[in-house]
Amino acid sequence: MFDAFFDVVVIGGGHAGCEAAAAAARCGAHTLLLTHRIETLGEMSCNPAIGGVGKGHLVREVDALDGLMGRAADAAGIHFKLLNRSKGPAVRGPRAQADRALYRQAIQALLRATEGLTIAAEAAEDLVTGAEGEVIGVVTATGQQIRAGAVVITSGTFLRGMIHIGETRIPAGRVSEAPSIGLSDTLRRLGLPLARLKTGTPPRLDGRSIDWAALEPQPGDDPPEPLSWMTERITNSQRPCAITATTPATHDLIRANLHRTAVYGGRIEGVGPRYCPSIEDKVVRFADRQRHQIFLEPEGLEDDTVYPNGISTSLPEALQAALIASIPGLERARILRPGYAIEYDHVDPRALTPALEVRTTPRLFLAGQINGTTGYEEAAAQGLLAGINAARRAGGAVPDRMLGRSDAYAGVMVDDLILQGVTEPYRMLTARSEFRLALRADNAGLRLTEKGIAWGVVGSDRAAAHRAFVAALEAAMARARTEGGSPAWYAAAGVTVNQDGRWRSALEALALPVMTRTDADRIFPWLRELPRRVRSELEAQALYAPYLERQAAELRALAREEQLAIPKGIDFALVPGLSAEMRQRLMQARPATLGSAGRIPGITPAALAALAVHLRRGEVRFT
Amino acid sequence: MTGETIFALASGAGRAAVAVLRLSGPGTAMAVAALAGRLPAPRLASLRRLRHPETGELLDRALVLWFPGPASYTGEDSAELHLHGSPAVIAGVVEALVATGLRPAEPGEFTRRAFLYDKIDLTAAEGIADLIAAETEGQRRQALRQAEGALADLYEGWTRRLTALLARQEAFIEFEDEDLPAGLDAAVATSAAALRSEMLAHLADARRGERLREGLLVAILGAPNAGKSSLLNALAGREAAIVSARAGTTRDVVEVRLDLAGVPVTLADTAGLREATDEIEAEGIRRARRRAEEADLVLALFAADRPPDAGTLGWVGPEALVVVNKVDLAPAPAAIGGSAPLPLSLHTGEGLEALRSRLAEEAIARAGLAAEASLTRPRHRAALTEAAGWLAELGAAPLPELRAEALRAALRAIGRITGRVGVEVVLDAVFGEFCIGK
Repeated sequence: MFDAFFDVVVIGGGHAGCEAAAAAARCGAHTLLLTHRIETLGEMSCNPAIGGVGKGHLVREVDALDGLMGRAADAAGIHFKLLNRSKGPAVRGPRAQADRALYRQAIQALLRATEGLTIAAEAAEDLVTGAEGEVIGVVTATGQQIRAGAVVITSGTFLRGMIHIGETRIPAGRVSEAPSIGLSDTLRRLGLPLARLKTGTPPRLDGRSIDWAALEPQPGDDPPEPLSWMTERITNSQRPCAITATTPATHDLIRANLHRTAVYGGRIEGVGPRYCPSIEDKVVRFADRQRHQIFLEPEGLEDDTVYPNGISTSLPEALQAALIASIPGLERARILRPGYAIEYDHVDPRALTPALEVRTTPRLFLAGQINGTTGYEEAAAQGLLAGINAARRAGGAVPDRMLGRSDAYAGVMVDDLILQGVTEPYRMLTARSEFRLALRADNAGLRLTEKGIAWGVVGSDRAAAHRAFVAALEAAMARARTEGGSPAWYAAAGVTVNQDGRWRSALEALALPVMTRTDADRIFPWLRELPRRVRSELEAQALYAPYLERQAAELRALAREEQLAIPKGIDFALVPGLSAEMRQRLMQARPATLGSAGRIPGITPAALAALAVHLRRGEVRFT
Repeated sequence: MTGETIFALASGAGRAAVAVLRLSGPGTAMAVAALAGRLPAPRLASLRRLRHPETGELLDRALVLWFPGPASYTGEDSAELHLHGSPAVIAGVVEALVATGLRPAEPGEFTRRAFLYDKIDLTAAEGIADLIAAETEGQRRQALRQAEGALADLYEGWTRRLTALLARQEAFIEFEDEDLPAGLDAAVATSAAALRSEMLAHLADARRGERLREGLLVAILGAPNAGKSSLLNALAGREAAIVSARAGTTRDVVEVRLDLAGVPVTLADTAGLREATDEIEAEGIRRARRRAEEADLVLALFAADRPPDAGTLGWVGPEALVVVNKVDLAPAPAAIGGSAPLPLSLHTGEGLEALRSRLAEEAIARAGLAAEASLTRPRHRAALTEAAGWLAELGAAPLPELRAEALRAALRAIGRITGRVGVEVVLDAVFGEFCIGK
């Protein structure tokens, strides 16, 4: 009855789908990637940038597990910037603006080079389920039946996608691409909880019609900082961006025509993200602002399209032209494609396990925007994890390749999604991590690559490079811990430290504000000989060590709390601060101590804290 | 809502005109209907015949009040039954309530439920507990202030300000390339320093609120036969301690509780300080010294007819009140150990009222009700000290992410008093204040 057999079938060729397919194949699964069109694999349908603060952390984590995104962005990047350069390494976020065409090419080349991966230009229409409700295959639009050990759906905004431009509504997943209706019905039939979200995109401009001379140019970093750990050097020629801003005239125009936008006209029910608001939202919510900044980002070296970042809109097309004309430098700019708002179905991610498998439909995995997230990076990280676990499932093993909140931002994201669900498209922010100082973008490899090697998802080139780096780092750390001196010794070397008579290692001394790089180079000349990455890792560890030690103390205190007994007949409904989900999970598992409650899959630190407080309160007598 | 339904006698035990039984929990409506026939209108006193649900026996004619949750004291469905106050009637109704599946409440369980249902925060719950336990006017007023949320308001105000500061710090970290107001980062450090000063001022109250809540300890120290036990009895107005002419009569610490101008005072009579003659007395003297060390105030008692003894002189200082007894036998010296003594004759009663009012003044100075809400428990002090410590750390932190860590830690510390602040609350504040998003 089946026309073909695969271990893993991935539906959707966006950022989540490409990573999922490549990761599953790297894990040794015989994998099929189904996409509407092969040419759009690796398409960046929104802004042409990858990375940033939080998002850059995710890219590095994907890269540390040998994913595609970082390498493709380095091959396609035409403007690199390390955000937060003046802040500490934990919050520095690498970002690249990519040439769209080069990015697609890079992704497609990486996919083609992936062994065990087949790509087919076929839309998936339906899933085939087995006797126990598990997924056993996929039906394509042309009626082919494909047997699958596991299926990953990464349908992005295609589930009942609806584009709004003013009063016009176009059913579509992306501009000029049909939405997936059949798949949406399938998910409904499987009983998955669906909800509606929205996002938006600005009009695209013809760069040749922009008055660049009137605008402030924004050069990228020189030298550019690559996104992938495997990239030595960026070879593309680089392009500047430019900055402009809206004017009071822009705001007047928007206010006068609010009723003609899809959102304020009441034609959209989905909830949009707070951190990526449309220009309409900005004008309404921040009425006193006289200007809103716009970044003009070139979309490619050979492409004159410019992405005006900051003015996503769903105004009618004619009004978009007037809006653009009210902006300095864009007075004569031509719109190549209007901006729009898009509404789409997503699945409530609380229906998923920590491996991103649907709890009630075994062998079905979901990743990316379908889970209520936004952003290429969030999608890619989920795709990677779903791909790895789908390969496990297809291979007859338990899908247990998980990252915890203290391992990775990807772990924070999955935990947030499956426990809290979403009320708006979920975006990664470093504020979401309680272990921010430990989860640096630049130590993603140290955090994850060894794990990835054990999981079989990391190739031999990266494994070798990683282990060489670790060996060099360990040698340098050992030396930095054993060399050092008394305050008098440092004073003789020209650096004044606290005269407390205490011996300080080089590692401790590097964290002192008085110790400049020049001082360090003079006192410990061997530092100069270290490879750049080893040196910066050493410095970062030195900088945060005192804080991380204290965090570790707090964690140990928490561990003591974990011994706290939970009374047998406890009513979790009486514990304030627990979500219904937490309550349900606790009631199912009936843990005996706070420690065992913490080991129930998916119980959040916040829920544990609430429970700990509650148990302590039990000792309080109000008489 | 799930859980057990509880009841308790809210009025005092014993025979009275009226006894009030209070019910709370999801089974309240069912129990009231079972006894009273049907549920009365909410929050209206209704006269009802109460019958045993199984035997149908008439128990009492009672006023029944029905408070559907969440608009009730506990936040749950609640009711009050105003019965005729005889032990037999109460016992009959209690038996009937147990028969409908209710159980007697544990001590403090109503307040605890109110707390768990977020009707009151932990500090208010503590205030209610203190209110019930209050012995003196000062304690009652302090407890009432806390029960009404004065401390909660103060700490929640600080939590809100810390949350706002963290939001700004996070915005500064997260959205570098957005159009954020200039000086955001520096403003956070300045505001955090100001907040820390307020916390330190609140902490620098010389434990006034805790002393008022716990009571002030005054230890009477002095040589044997200086009249310590007589003084204790005179201040207590009763024979609490054994008094004899024999030196060394008091072997252990004897304590009485006094109400001095609204401040509860524990007055401790101790063994006379001298070279002990036996092991038991030696232990008594050790205990006397220990109690004096714990005391908020030492009352150093001398006798006018003898030179000041070195053992007692050692305790004279700024935290001591110097009193000379037996001024009927000899005049009091002008100064002892640099302090002007209060003259006293327990024999004639001379100086006793002056001493009593002086003690009241000292008590008010140390533990009188302050103008501002004071912290009343060591756990408040520990948490606030930690929070202030993190804010000091923030001032010294060289990087914004370290300042954010300090703010997070300070919030966690205060959260231990009132409740925790989640990431979403901080993000709400970020996106509410700043226009983020290119």
